[in-house]
Amino acid sequence: MIVSILHRATGIALSFAGLGILTWWLFAIGEGTDGYASFAKVAQSPIGIIVLIGVTWSFFQHLLSGIRHLTMDTGMAFELGVNRIFAILTIVGSVLLTAALWIYLLGVTK
Amino acid sequence: MSLGDSATPIGKARGIGSAHEGGVHWITERVTSIALLLLGVWLIASLLLLPKLDQRTLVEWLHAPSGFIPMALLVIVGFRHSLDGVKVSVDDYVHEEGSRFAINIFLLFLAVAVGAIALFALARIAFGAIG
Repeated sequence: MIVSILHRATGIALSFAGLGILTWWLFAIGEGTDGYASFAKVAQSPIGIIVLIGVTWSFFQHLLSGIRHLTMDTGMAFELGVNRIFAILTIVGSVLLTAALWIYLLGVTK
Repeated sequence: MSLGDSATPIGKARGIGSAHEGGVHWITERVTSIALLLLGVWLIASLLLLPKLDQRTLVEWLHAPSGFIPMALLVIVGFRHSLDGVKVSVDDYVHEEGSRFAINIFLLFLAVAVGAIALFALARIAFGAIG
């Protein structure tokens, strides 16, 4: 239940925040060194990093719960126990992947 | 139940049958999701493998076909999948037909407009000069 709601919520977040930032980022890269610097400044600010962490978590959560939905489309994993474990794994997986990515990113850039 | 008569008894009594549409939308959403699974993993892996994330490195990355082509596909398929996905939520929660139509048309225009900006931005990088 919660994972199904999360799938929609993260999908909507990715549609607006995710694609919005992707478009802004691509536009900024083409603006040259100075234009990109103003994007990087916002992206590397505390609020920018929090938003980017939110977008990457949304991406991993949506990806994993998407795999769950595709699996269930084939008729598998409807048994209560299996279904519940699969749902929990999507949350555990998305949090671990997001943490690993950002520990690496913040560790490398510093 | 014979072929061609898939309405349930209660559906038949109420005069509600199949919508006769939406199957393609459902399939498209799933096919694009598999494409985005690959493209999304490609994006994250690429960003992790780039030596630096400064403007020059990113331009060189997207200038090469190996960067430009997957990124163009990610933009096109990403906006398409988003539009399909958000439409499902709108169709589920907006019950008044006029509002539903207006919101869906607005989202279509928004996705096409912002998607076009993203493609322009990418083309400017790919076909512009490096540096």
